[in-house]
Amino acid sequence: MAGIALRRLLGALPVLLIVSLITFALLRLIPGDPSSVIGGPSATADQLAQIRRNLGLDEPLPMQLVHWYAGLLQGNLGRSLLMGQGVVEVTFERLPVTLGLSLYALVITLVAGLASGIVAALRQNTWVDQLAMMVAMLGISVPNFFLGLLGIIFFAVKLGWLPTGGYVPFSQDPWEWFRTTTMPAVSLAMLQMGLLARITRSTMLEVLRQDYIRTARAKGLPGRQVVVKHALANALIPITTVIGIIVSLLISGSVVTETLFSIPGMGQLLTQAVLNRDYPMVQGGLLLTTVFLVLVNIMVDICYAFLDPRVRYDGK
Amino acid sequence: MPAGAPLEDELEVPERRQSPLRMTVVRLFRHQLFLSGLVLFGLIAVVGVLAPLLTDINPNKLGMRTRFQAPDAAFLFGTDNFGRSLWSRTVWGAQLSMMIGLSVVLLNAVFGTLIGALAGYFPRLDNVLMRVNDALMAFPAILLAIAITAVLGPSIVNAILALAIVYIPRTARIVRASVIVLREMEYVQAAIAAGAGHWRILRRHILPNAMAPLIVQLSFLFAYAVLSEATLSFLGLGAVPPTPTWGNIMAEGRQYMVEAPWIITIPGIALMITVMGLNLLGDGLRDVLDPRLRIQQ
Repeated sequence: MAGIALRRLLGALPVLLIVSLITFALLRLIPGDPSSVIGGPSATADQLAQIRRNLGLDEPLPMQLVHWYAGLLQGNLGRSLLMGQGVVEVTFERLPVTLGLSLYALVITLVAGLASGIVAALRQNTWVDQLAMMVAMLGISVPNFFLGLLGIIFFAVKLGWLPTGGYVPFSQDPWEWFRTTTMPAVSLAMLQMGLLARITRSTMLEVLRQDYIRTARAKGLPGRQVVVKHALANALIPITTVIGIIVSLLISGSVVTETLFSIPGMGQLLTQAVLNRDYPMVQGGLLLTTVFLVLVNIMVDICYAFLDPRVRYDGK
Repeated sequence: MPAGAPLEDELEVPERRQSPLRMTVVRLFRHQLFLSGLVLFGLIAVVGVLAPLLTDINPNKLGMRTRFQAPDAAFLFGTDNFGRSLWSRTVWGAQLSMMIGLSVVLLNAVFGTLIGALAGYFPRLDNVLMRVNDALMAFPAILLAIAITAVLGPSIVNAILALAIVYIPRTARIVRASVIVLREMEYVQAAIAAGAGHWRILRRHILPNAMAPLIVQLSFLFAYAVLSEATLSFLGLGAVPPTPTWGNIMAEGRQYMVEAPWIITIPGIALMITVMGLNLLGDGLRDVLDPRLRIQQ
């Protein structure tokens, strides 16, 4: 297992290297002079030079690149222009909020997506199947911010069951955390839930057609045992690989959800940073989030190898 | 899923030999999901194309005396906080969404195919191209699009560029997968043995057979592009207000969503219809065009 983990980590190195290069290039792609964009039209020549010096843009490009990687190795991604704090520190302050929300949404996604996909496959072409697939289709078609807005109007304003927005940390008050994050998590989970339900259904249908399922039924095993032990266990293996994509989509989606519900996580931080032209923050936040996702994918791969012995023996 | 419909197709003995294209079209038009998708998406597309005929009110015309009108006979979809006609804004929004979606799809069709074909056909290029591809795909899609628009500045063209950069690697990967399989096919080997050049082999023998998964991908991509652009606009990172994109209308209506819920509901529903139509269209295309999945019906 350790061998697989090591191989995956090494294999991810080129990707991480290019990811960091792209992130580095991003700030240099700003048309014209970034310092005048940041400083605004009223900035004096001195102020512009100061901004350039702070961002390290006054050096020749190769030196900038050296400094960028030297900084990365020391865990230093520069300072946020807006908040004055280090980008890494701000990120680690905000990340737990986004992770908590995403984890909540992930649980909803897995429970609802797997359940509806399995039921749809077992009751193929019945009204249960059609209903589940219609809900899944709605899930992948309704933008999460629209769903969030409708949720606010209905559950927060009309019924008054949940707050319209805001956030209370779990450590402070678990029940309030639950109340403030339920609507965001549900609206965030809908897309992934729809995707997972569709994938689960088609994978289950495929597995249910296999000879070993017929054999299991033929030798008189109870239906439930065939479904759980033979079909589901085998269907879950390919489904595991989708989890990396689901987490990536959750993190992407949280940008909008957090802005909509005023939740102080990474998504809100990055939107604010973009709107305020806080380039080091945008750059650093993007890089750290992506590195995090690459690590998630490596973990998914390891789980996959753990679940499917064929992958382990291939040494792939 | 239309129960057993494609199976009937398989059993039907054609009276005379039909062209594959014709058969595909016939199958598509018997596919319920494809048809419902076509109707939904077609509705929005037609509205977008006919926008100048459907409304003669300028979508940005302010009307201080007509603010917050609920939908009625005078204002079909009501008015917003500046008294602008939401019918006009939504209709023009449809046109913008269609233009943006189509642009992203075209850019993907050209560059995704090019990169995918080169990587799949020339093993030497494969490694380099796919590493860059993997890196671009490692970024969360919306986040990368946001970062690119942050750098380029908010505008419709920049949103199109950002979304193209985000999605081209995904399209390239799909084209590459087909090309790699096709390259090893005997008929391609035969063409190589017969002395056909690389360009001819790619254009005549490989790419036409790689079209099916590409078309399916592009129809889903259209949906993502429309959805992502609306998201960017909603966050204030897409088209600059007062441009009537659906995302912009919803962003502006957000403050008044309790008193005037129609401002967000109408563009929201239009967006939903578009995306659902395209998803259904993509599902139908995949069922019909991708023979590997056809057996599952």
